[in-house]
Amino acid sequence: MKTGMKRIFAILLLSVCGSSALIAAENTPVDSGATAWMLTSTALVLLMVPGLAMFYGGLVRSKNVLGTIMHSFAAMGIISVLWMVAGYSMSFGTNVLGGLFGWNKDYFLLKGIDTNILESGVPEYVFTMFQGKFAIITPALIAGAFAERISFKAYCFFIALWSLFVYNPLCHWVWASDGFLFNLGAKGAIDFAGGTVVHISAGVSGLVAAIYLGSRRGYPYQVIRPNNLVITMLGAGLLWVGWFGFNAGSSISSGLSTAQALTATQIAAASAALTWIVIEGFHQGKATALGFASGILAGLVAVTPAAGVVQPYGALLIGIFASVLCYLAIQVKNRLGYDDSLDAFGIHGVGGMAGALLLTFFIRPSWMAEAAGASPTGSWTIWNQLGVQALAVGVAVAYAAIMTLVLLYGLNKIMKIKSEEADEMAGLDRSYHGERGYGMVNPS
Amino acid sequence: MKLITAIIREVQLDKVREALIETGINRITVSLVSGNGRQRIEEMYRGLTIVPDLIPKIRIEIAVNDESVEKAVQTILKSAKTNGPEGSSGDGKIFIIPLEDCIRIRTGERGPSAI
Repeated sequence: MKTGMKRIFAILLLSVCGSSALIAAENTPVDSGATAWMLTSTALVLLMVPGLAMFYGGLVRSKNVLGTIMHSFAAMGIISVLWMVAGYSMSFGTNVLGGLFGWNKDYFLLKGIDTNILESGVPEYVFTMFQGKFAIITPALIAGAFAERISFKAYCFFIALWSLFVYNPLCHWVWASDGFLFNLGAKGAIDFAGGTVVHISAGVSGLVAAIYLGSRRGYPYQVIRPNNLVITMLGAGLLWVGWFGFNAGSSISSGLSTAQALTATQIAAASAALTWIVIEGFHQGKATALGFASGILAGLVAVTPAAGVVQPYGALLIGIFASVLCYLAIQVKNRLGYDDSLDAFGIHGVGGMAGALLLTFFIRPSWMAEAAGASPTGSWTIWNQLGVQALAVGVAVAYAAIMTLVLLYGLNKIMKIKSEEADEMAGLDRSYHGERGYGMVNPS
Repeated sequence: MKLITAIIREVQLDKVREALIETGINRITVSLVSGNGRQRIEEMYRGLTIVPDLIPKIRIEIAVNDESVEKAVQTILKSAKTNGPEGSSGDGKIFIIPLEDCIRIRTGERGPSAI
């Protein structure tokens, strides 16, 4: 215990006094165009979090609306702080513990990057904050899987632990320059804006958590209807707008690749939304607003890993396939009877996997030529890349599932994660926040 | 035929509804109402303790045939009470009034069979 404390103290002292290493890029001039777009993107990605709050908030019953919105807002507080303290360092530092995650003492508390300019001409603060927004929205996405039945306190601890032990390592593997998935195959596993890191990890973790916690009272026999689809639609709209920052910002530049990502994003969202209501038209006879919103999300999720490498026709097809697969996934969920309340897995898990694998077939030729050039054998086929993509997806699925189960099991020993029955009946708003979302609205 | 109107706590709605359905009474109308009673609840608002004037309550309306009245009343009594057998103020009230007629709109049939 004593030596442990000493060691922690020594590490703290080292990191406080450590001379900040000279960064080669310190004298790089700021590219004001790229920086301006990255600042905008950072704000756009943050806008997705209240967008998600509205999307989820409208889908639950009126007694849980504030509690559900607070799941997203709490993430903005908790993860921002964690990101500043250790998250950025764990994600984008250099390999430690055999590459399990990264660490860089200059990134600890963000105290050594005050004057850093990245090679792309963007101040490192902007990059840090941009990436931090991704770290915020990912655990907030999981909340959809166990909506309406989780204790607020346990949720806060869960997302903090999840962010540290699931998000940061995955982010490091996929996006850090020395991450092992970043360097897989000829030109790395393709995850442009977070198909594996954000959507597959959140979706799979959501599925595990939904099954581990069990279903809501009365599910599936009691009809549980959305309290306000109007705010759900507004939330879906904000998500679509914010996604331009999410995808087009992930080029960390303001140029051609930004334009390519932006175009792919718009087209996939639109084609998926249309596909969803066409399927519904045939299957149920009516095109629902919630279906359109679900389609938007399915398309955006699927194009997230792909936006940097696919051309518009590829985005169009990815959107169509994403809606078909996510729609099927939700039908399967209804058959199996597990309670993924707001389809975090059905949309983000399935859509993310679909995008990460399907993108292989639509990669623009110039990328494949570069990959062939980088490959030691001088050739690189889509089947080689599909193998790399499948491995990255497999790693994300397995790691997220196992770690989520471990974290839930451990946390449940300390505090009860699932709401007490009386609290669930009274609603999260009253039980955990002492407030009500609406004035006099009939119970739903 | 009687019309039973029960004013209950919001949080007890699920329990009461499930208990009623279990005893075979599943034709009910539920609305959110607010009113003054004996109950005084304190709420926190921006750090201040306040006592709201009108407290939100749930009103359940059930039209029943005479033989089901006692069953419905007992079910509500059991399921709407909080704080163990002695209950607590704010648990609500039940009103019963005679029902002159009942007409099913679809068929036009009247009387007890329409309930």
